[in-house]
Amino acid sequence: MVLAIILVVLVIITVVFTFVSPWWFTPLASNWGTIDDALIITFVITGIVFVAVTLFMALAIFKFHHKPGRRATFEPENKKLEWWLTGLTTVGIIAMLAPGLVVWAQYINPPAEARAFEAVGQQWSWNFRLPGQDGELGQAATRFVSGDNPLGLDPQDPLGRDDIIIEGDDMHILLDQPVIVYLRSLDVLHDFYVPQFRAKMDLVPGMVTYFWFTPIRTGEFEILCAELCGVGHSQMRGIVIVEEAAAYQLWLADQLTFAEMMAEQEGDKND
Amino acid sequence: MTDETAKDYDAEMHEPTHFFTKYIWSQDHKVIAVQYSITAMAIGLVALVLSWLMRLQLGFPGVFDFIDQEAYYQYVTMHGMIMVIYLLTAFFLGGFGNYLIPLMVGARDMVFPYLNMLSYWVYLLAVLVLVASFFVTGGPTGAGWTLYPPQSILPGTPGYDGGIILMLVSLIIFIVAFTMGGLNYVTTILQARARGMTLMRMPLSVWGIFVATFMGLLAFPALFVSGVMLLLDRVIGTSFFMPEIVSLGEPLAYGGGSPLLFQHLFWFFGHPEVYIVALPAFGIVSDLLSVHARKAIFGYRMMVWALLAIGVLSFIVWAHHMYVSGMDPAFGYFFAVTTLIIAVPTAIKVYNWTLTLWKADIHLTIPMMFAIAFILTFVFGGLTGLFLGNVVVDVPLSDTYFVVAHFHMVMGVAPILVVFGAIYHWYPKITGRMLHEGMGKVHFWVTFLGTYAIYFPMHYLGFVGVPRRYYDYEDIEFIPDSVADLNMAITIAALVVGAAQLMFIYNLVWSLIWGKKADSNPWKANSLEWQTPDTPPKHGNWGVEMPTVYRWAYDFSVPGAAEDYMPQNMPPQPFEAHRAAHPEEGPEEDKPGEDKPEEGGT
Repeated sequence: MVLAIILVVLVIITVVFTFVSPWWFTPLASNWGTIDDALIITFVITGIVFVAVTLFMALAIFKFHHKPGRRATFEPENKKLEWWLTGLTTVGIIAMLAPGLVVWAQYINPPAEARAFEAVGQQWSWNFRLPGQDGELGQAATRFVSGDNPLGLDPQDPLGRDDIIIEGDDMHILLDQPVIVYLRSLDVLHDFYVPQFRAKMDLVPGMVTYFWFTPIRTGEFEILCAELCGVGHSQMRGIVIVEEAAAYQLWLADQLTFAEMMAEQEGDKND
Repeated sequence: MTDETAKDYDAEMHEPTHFFTKYIWSQDHKVIAVQYSITAMAIGLVALVLSWLMRLQLGFPGVFDFIDQEAYYQYVTMHGMIMVIYLLTAFFLGGFGNYLIPLMVGARDMVFPYLNMLSYWVYLLAVLVLVASFFVTGGPTGAGWTLYPPQSILPGTPGYDGGIILMLVSLIIFIVAFTMGGLNYVTTILQARARGMTLMRMPLSVWGIFVATFMGLLAFPALFVSGVMLLLDRVIGTSFFMPEIVSLGEPLAYGGGSPLLFQHLFWFFGHPEVYIVALPAFGIVSDLLSVHARKAIFGYRMMVWALLAIGVLSFIVWAHHMYVSGMDPAFGYFFAVTTLIIAVPTAIKVYNWTLTLWKADIHLTIPMMFAIAFILTFVFGGLTGLFLGNVVVDVPLSDTYFVVAHFHMVMGVAPILVVFGAIYHWYPKITGRMLHEGMGKVHFWVTFLGTYAIYFPMHYLGFVGVPRRYYDYEDIEFIPDSVADLNMAITIAALVVGAAQLMFIYNLVWSLIWGKKADSNPWKANSLEWQTPDTPPKHGNWGVEMPTVYRWAYDFSVPGAAEDYMPQNMPPQPFEAHRAAHPEEGPEEDKPGEDKPEEGGT
């Protein structure tokens, strides 16, 4: 009996907590409101099932707990009921899955107008690279990494010479401009995670991964690493700043290309 | 019985008389079961203490100096690995599997008793190697229980020198032990069933353990090979999983390997592993519900088919752990569909459990309360799994506390509630004494409500986006201060729940000596283990005469029967013969287990 009451109380607490607790989605800053929507659909359907199953159990305990003289009904099967429940469950599953898959299709197919940048992870920091005037990122590989060439750009690849390298500094991106982020790691697994953007993806050494998003409000957002990468995992942070065109151009003009960086380092060595 | 047959029987049973061969170097499945369970509980206590330590860091960051970053990741890793492999898998299959299979199918023992004994000792060796890793230079590995390379075998991760090697060696030994035990369980179920025990008359506990063991035999090899390959990468410098790497400024000699290959192998094992733990729990809880509700389990045949369907499907869902791993994202469609399909047979099981309670005669015994708590917890954890399985919804939630909360609900708390329920249920058979009820009630309420208090709010940390496997959350801008308060509350709940487990262990010991004497069938259950001539059952289980099975295990509250239960070895009763001869007098009963009794073993 107490158990029946407790089950009802747990349901009430669960529902009330959802509405009144301060812990809910961090405000969105990208186009991925659709992901939040898919999540909410899943939340509502599963929430209804949880409440229904628990209350049904509570009711069963309340009505059928042992009293002297009570005897259970002998009903080993009920084919019709079983098929009905199976059917209903299938409908519920489809209602969750269909919107999920539609949004997944958007998530993995970046729009043609998306501009690229690259995020390179290593224990325990972030560096970035932008394509230069030619709009293309040059070849890069871990074997080219050295003190002078921290991101491992191929020195022989002309496409890479105008690439803009942002080392140990904040990344800036343009408001409302879709970006595709290419991800590369020099050592272990990492994950590019900005909670406000919702999107995330692992960095895997030996391969290039990607994801895309469109920032929809200006501001400074913290990049966290979301894939365990060693003792410094929780300190692996970066900053991405979303800003309007004017501010962005001003920042961009200040950045060095790979060629300029090499030249500067040559100069340092000659001094 | 005559003296002559009794003498033959004694000679045939080879009952050991020496303390050493009876209780230590024993080939009796019941003793081996207890050995497995005690070892699993002992190492489980280590995992419990580790969880306390990590919760202390999260709830009170910076207060406990000895918990530095390295130690924290080591606690997290060892806690996870111990709980999943060395406690849950070993407890359900080595413990309950060993105890229940021969008794429930009506066999004298496992078909390969010597192999069974070896299985335990090899398991113990695996546990000892695991424990040894706490004492080597650098300590145990802190790579996370998933042991993802390259990180797990590189400097920058705690325990990369000795700890990871011992971890992998221990896993390899464990799999050897599991294979010896597992082949035994499967063979015993297929070959050693009592006369009349058809497959479709077996209790669902046996079905759950059977399917889970079969899955284990297919899934553990994937972990075995990935463990060997990772060991080779670490020790002799092969590059199965290692691409070109610059580690902390140093270029390494590795090249050409694929970290994703490890993840595929790991989860090809890892996802079925979830069900290797869950299916025995599903089976056992079905039996607890049926016995204590005095009602046939609802939809037995559907339950068996659901177990088999889950077993098969669980081998094609593994990459839902890898939606944001960098694998070709098109795989997401396939794995999201298979993952959500598996929810259908799982949901059927839940419906059938709850429908078993409907129009029942519910005895709220402690095993029953644990069984009901299991349903609630499992439903919660199963439903949150739909978020993570639904590919795009996983994107914001993956690697956050939502995942931690989900898997603890579904494969931590839920199966452990079944372990407890099962111990309260079978303890009288194993020891001949009842567990103390007062302590049992306290244990139940604290564990059930306490774990809910821990893991329910934790899901909401995931909605906020709080990442998992973080040593602390200092100066992370988007995380509100209230998260620290919640973490503190969760830590306090975890300390209390942990303390309740110590009381449970005290109860196990206390009741062994002072517990109320149990009769041979205190719950009035039908399955064969309650029908043994002795309690606790003696070596050979059945005395001279082997049981013959006439019915399934769920003839509770059968109309016309004098009692509300009919043991499986109860011959057909006059009222049943009457009903069979006069079908016009009542609705025809299409009862499972009535078909083809000749298919049973002997």
